[in-house]
Amino acid sequence: MGVADLQDTIYALASGAGRSGVAVIRISGPKSGPALQILIDADLPTPRMAALKRLRHPEDGEILDDALVLWFPGPASFTGEDVVELHVHGGLAVVDGVLAALSSIEGLRLAEPGEFTRRAFENAKLDLTQVEGLADLIEAETDAQRKQALRQSEGELGRLYDGWRNSLIRSLAHFEAELDFSDEELPEDLHLAVVDGVRNLRDAVQSHLSDGRQGERLRDGVRLAIIGPPNAGKSSLMNTLAQREAAIVSDVAGTTRDVVEVHLNLGGYPLLVADTAGLRETGDSIEQEGVRRAKRWAEAADIKLAVFDGEALPVLDHTTREMLEQDTVVAMNKSDAQASDFPEVIDGHKVWPLSVKSGSGLDALLEQLTHMVAMRCRTTSEGPAPTRARHREALVRTVAALDRFLERDNPDHLGAELEAEDLRLAARELGRITGRVDVEDLLDVIFRDFCIGK
Amino acid sequence: MTRGGGLLKFRLMSKSSNQIYDVVVIGGGHAGAEAAAAAARVGARTVLITHRQDAIGEMSCNPAIGGLAKGQLVKEVDALDGIMGRAADLGGIQFRMLNRSKGPAVRGPRCQADRKLYRNAVQDLLAEQDNLDILEAGVEDITIDDQAQVRSVILEDGSALQVGAVVLTTGTFLRGLIHLGDQTFPAGRIGDPRAVGLAYTLRRLGFATGRLKTGTPPRLDGNTIDWRSLDKQPGDDVPEPFSFLTDRITQRQIDCAITSTTPESHAIINENLDRSPMYSGQIESTGPRYCPSIEDKVVRFADRQRHQIFLEPEGYDDPTVYPNGISTSLPRDVQLAVLKTIPGLEKTRMLQPGYAIEYDFVDPRELNPSLETRRVSGLFLAGQINGTTGYEEAAAQGLMAGVNAAKKVGGSTEPFVLDRAEAYIGVMIDDLVTLGTQEPYRMFTSRAEYRLRLRADNADRRLTERGFEAGCVGNTRIKAFRTKEAKVLRALDLISDLSATPNELSKHGLKINQDGQRRSAKQLLAYPDIDWDGLAGLWPEMATITGKVREQSEIEASYAGYLDRQEADVHAFRKDEALQIDDDLDYDAILGLSNEVRAKLKSVRPTTLGQAARISGVTPSALTLLLAHVRKANSKRSA
Repeated sequence: MGVADLQDTIYALASGAGRSGVAVIRISGPKSGPALQILIDADLPTPRMAALKRLRHPEDGEILDDALVLWFPGPASFTGEDVVELHVHGGLAVVDGVLAALSSIEGLRLAEPGEFTRRAFENAKLDLTQVEGLADLIEAETDAQRKQALRQSEGELGRLYDGWRNSLIRSLAHFEAELDFSDEELPEDLHLAVVDGVRNLRDAVQSHLSDGRQGERLRDGVRLAIIGPPNAGKSSLMNTLAQREAAIVSDVAGTTRDVVEVHLNLGGYPLLVADTAGLRETGDSIEQEGVRRAKRWAEAADIKLAVFDGEALPVLDHTTREMLEQDTVVAMNKSDAQASDFPEVIDGHKVWPLSVKSGSGLDALLEQLTHMVAMRCRTTSEGPAPTRARHREALVRTVAALDRFLERDNPDHLGAELEAEDLRLAARELGRITGRVDVEDLLDVIFRDFCIGK
Repeated sequence: MTRGGGLLKFRLMSKSSNQIYDVVVIGGGHAGAEAAAAAARVGARTVLITHRQDAIGEMSCNPAIGGLAKGQLVKEVDALDGIMGRAADLGGIQFRMLNRSKGPAVRGPRCQADRKLYRNAVQDLLAEQDNLDILEAGVEDITIDDQAQVRSVILEDGSALQVGAVVLTTGTFLRGLIHLGDQTFPAGRIGDPRAVGLAYTLRRLGFATGRLKTGTPPRLDGNTIDWRSLDKQPGDDVPEPFSFLTDRITQRQIDCAITSTTPESHAIINENLDRSPMYSGQIESTGPRYCPSIEDKVVRFADRQRHQIFLEPEGYDDPTVYPNGISTSLPRDVQLAVLKTIPGLEKTRMLQPGYAIEYDFVDPRELNPSLETRRVSGLFLAGQINGTTGYEEAAAQGLMAGVNAAKKVGGSTEPFVLDRAEAYIGVMIDDLVTLGTQEPYRMFTSRAEYRLRLRADNADRRLTERGFEAGCVGNTRIKAFRTKEAKVLRALDLISDLSATPNELSKHGLKINQDGQRRSAKQLLAYPDIDWDGLAGLWPEMATITGKVREQSEIEASYAGYLDRQEADVHAFRKDEALQIDDDLDYDAILGLSNEVRAKLKSVRPTTLGQAARISGVTPSALTLLLAHVRKANSKRSA
């Protein structure tokens, strides 16, 4: 095996996340050329010349995009290695699809933060000042990631990942105890418990993965409250949003008496939408409490979407108007009912005409909402899409390692050190998402759970 | 054949200045003995100074060498031509291969040793060593010149030895304080005075020090133990030697016995907890989690009805027995009362009570990976003084410090450093100098990322040539190694060349997936249910390969798949290790580093980019800046 082969080939979204017109995905390393050939199912294009090519998923042949591709054989490239650039259409679905396709190619992996820069620098492609400038970027990136991780760790997703990590640390620690402390008094059923733990973890991660992109639970997203009078079509709008490809329902967390929350993925961004159906004047004291809660939810929301009833024009619901704030998005539903004479502006807000029923105006409204959500998510230059791709990739490798463990496991403990190797690999992969698993974490568990020491 | 380290230049010793030594080793424990022998092997004129010559190689705690991960360390020390493995082979009276039923990567050779035989073996090996003197004396001080380079060692009688380098291996003797119940008394080990002068020397020189604690159980009179009532623990039928140079073990092998505490023992301990210095607050320093006292075990695992005790004889003609498992610092009368409640020990006589000892250690982040202090040029530290525990950890550091001290005096600017992918020694020293330690540091196999490579069986293949280059491996060993290695390589070639189809294999009773793929003997050995004997039926030439060569080849083949996959990881790791950072790098001159990261880098002063990355809190961007800065500095220098 030559040295060049040992160097991984890495890829990542090189342009910022979000809905830019064009997104650039960069691949660097010895397998970049072969990877491009696989994606375009053709010979490599002329070096350093842009070529329009159709990208297909290597496994199912699904068309990913028509992209401009550039082939820079090393050393005349950004990193000094063989480099491929894919200029694809900027939608997150496209970017996600291409990243997923790359991850399915053997020998390719997502770049770590700063890795392209690092390679470029190592191959003397950047001078110090350039690196210092780039390092600031990476710092921002990793800092944002840390903050993001912090946020996530408070959400359900974070709790889920933390739970996995603890479970794996426990299994690995108990398994390692059998290797490192086999001359001590350890419980006899330890091995079985470890195998059970690993199997449960493997199933949990696998089912999380098979939820697919649609199923990823995105808690702590941007909070969007849909307000408006009864019968304006708020619920229909919410259901429509939930069914659209661009905004995918992932979880209905639970219906309280007053507020229905739906988690959506709007153009790659996490969104928590509430239909505050209880916003109405009422004499019923229980329902009054409901209204109070709904209003509170709406007030705490990051974005408010007010939906008026086009059929009720010229009457505009008074309660809803009172709740409009400067950045509230105002939509007029059932705009096909009275095509001509509805207001373009209400209380200084641009009105987005809409028909939930026919679907007209929906795209424009969604684009506006996505833009606003993106603005509120823009704490990181590395958007949620690649982050999720990174997670998915690590989780896939975690499951693969756990599978190898389970396959190898046998009652006689033959090759226990090889089983341990796969558990260690799984811990490393999971650690890429949840934070590194250090040997000290294992020792903590071992010394807590067992009476070690003669 | 000349020794690999032959390029080193040591100053000529003149008869008139016999007080000049290249390397002075202070301390005669396991680190000191190994350091002195190693420095002398490299060719430095060496002296080992100890309080008591007859205590060199003393096993102060349990009478055993090796064990899980520790056995690997002994094999590595041996592969580097150290003395511990050979001494254990001469002193061992019960050999056991731990984890024998598990894979070779986690097997740990261990032996019970006769304390006297072991000590004698160490002393004999040192006596045979050229270039090595032994001096019985106390050391008061170490002096340095205005360049912060060690100059001399001041003995307690006031005389001075001029030195090139000093290896300090004072174990628990630095301001040692023994706790026995509510009594405390200063000592280095029970019955031996502690070292106070050197403790002040280290503080005067500005070293960051801390306090650690360890403990030991009472010693029993074996003649008063009711052995017949107890379960025996025998050794292996065929004792396997530690040293690659030892053919077989000839000493008679003995049994150990097993007993355990009882609920009555636990009741007595609970009643007297307030008299334990650990619980009364008298001891504040940190003890090891993996070596808790019996009072700790009783408190923390209150639901346990019993705790196992191994009764380990300390020698053939020594009645002393070491009850492994009941380390304690309870008062003497409580220890006696507890012993009476233990089956087999009802009538036992206690020769010496157990005790806890607190001692100073130097924060190992003060050290370079060569084990030389950054503060004082030519001063090396090894063993418990660096916060470790265990004879094997001490010996391994001693060897490395001894080699590096000798190399330094001999004018070499290239220290002998092993990395995490080639030796447990490398893992240990890197952990110590990068992360420091909060408790006495002990080796575990789980500390090694590349555990499948770092095995007891291949320590010679990993290290003997490396040691020869460094000058610490002598001619006898390198010859023996090269002879064996040639055979191993031939055997590996053979099993790579031999191959068969599944069809052919099935005729010999070997069931392989019928995919038509030819597989080599080497590939077949990776299958869990196929072994060398099974294949020798098919290929008779394999039957001619026997013994260690066969074992080695079989293990290599069985791990080949995993090791190949790990190769890329090791390559990436080595790339970062290859990037050297100057010790005197001015971290203030690197723009863009956060204060927190800057402070961490300044305190550890990593020698490679890889080491910098292992410091907690050092971010990818900080590494990029560091890398950029180092590259720039290097290119300026070469320009």
